[in-house]
Amino acid sequence: MIEFFLQPWPWYVAGPLITLVMFLLFYFGKTFGVSSNLETICAIGGAGKFNSYFKLDWRKNTWNLIFVFGAIIGGFISYQWLTPNEVIALNPQTIQDLSEIGIKNAGQSYLPAEIFSLDALFSLKGILVLLLGGFLVGFGTRYAGGCTSGHAIVGLSNLEIPSLIAVIGFFVGGLIMTWVFIPIIF
Amino acid sequence: MKFIKFFIVGILFGIILSKAEVISWFRIYEMFKFQSFHMYGVIGSAVVLGILIIQLFKKGILKNKDGEQIIIPPKKNAFKANLFGGIIFGLGWALVGACPGPMFILLGRGVLAILIIVFGALLGAFVYHGVKKWMPN
Repeated sequence: MIEFFLQPWPWYVAGPLITLVMFLLFYFGKTFGVSSNLETICAIGGAGKFNSYFKLDWRKNTWNLIFVFGAIIGGFISYQWLTPNEVIALNPQTIQDLSEIGIKNAGQSYLPAEIFSLDALFSLKGILVLLLGGFLVGFGTRYAGGCTSGHAIVGLSNLEIPSLIAVIGFFVGGLIMTWVFIPIIF
Repeated sequence: MKFIKFFIVGILFGIILSKAEVISWFRIYEMFKFQSFHMYGVIGSAVVLGILIIQLFKKGILKNKDGEQIIIPPKKNAFKANLFGGIIFGLGWALVGACPGPMFILLGRGVLAILIIVFGALLGAFVYHGVKKWMPN
């Protein structure tokens, strides 16, 4: 049991467990969706001074902030105690493709040093990549009305056409970035 | 104390996505290269089971803790916003390998670079609400 816990979890364990998270939030009277927290945090940070949209009553979203805080702690727990070995069984082709665009040691840890190390962070290109990537995610998710949780999991499960369109959009954008821009950027 | 259940479900969510490597930049890249079934399996199985669960909620077989039928707020039906917003989101997702959930989960690892991504995402959400009246909907 412990042995299984410490191994990487296969998709057929993780997928149903994500559904369980969605179920528990429904059971507690809420709807799963992470990205609306971005607006809540903007509102708490005083964004209402610049845009009246953010003068929302964020207290009704407190449960979701607590959920996200739990997710941060879950990430910490998993990193500290539940993942003795972070080697990822990537497709060898993926490792080779990444090596050709200058990203070495693919799959030896969760995050590539070329993007997430302090050296990368303190270079102009490195910090611009992080800021731009985050910006696109934040802008895009609010424009589309949801992210992977709200659209891809809840929206598709609820057979919503807007969510299907958004998820197609996620893939169009992701494919363009991966196949066209990433080889140029790195 | 009424919030502690959300804290616990959040911890569960953070552990699931960490243990399934969904928070790894490499897994996202591999997905968009169609070189692994892993991510498709995670999202696909979550959705298939999710369809079943939501149908059970809608038919009243499952109810929330107060014994009421759940109401799922419908998503905004705005073709251009869903599509263009989705594309913008996808560009960022593939670049930094993190959507909003994993972004926060990764914060728990104490990686400074993640803080910059989260700051960028907050800025993105803030700027969107400043310019949304000019965006096609």
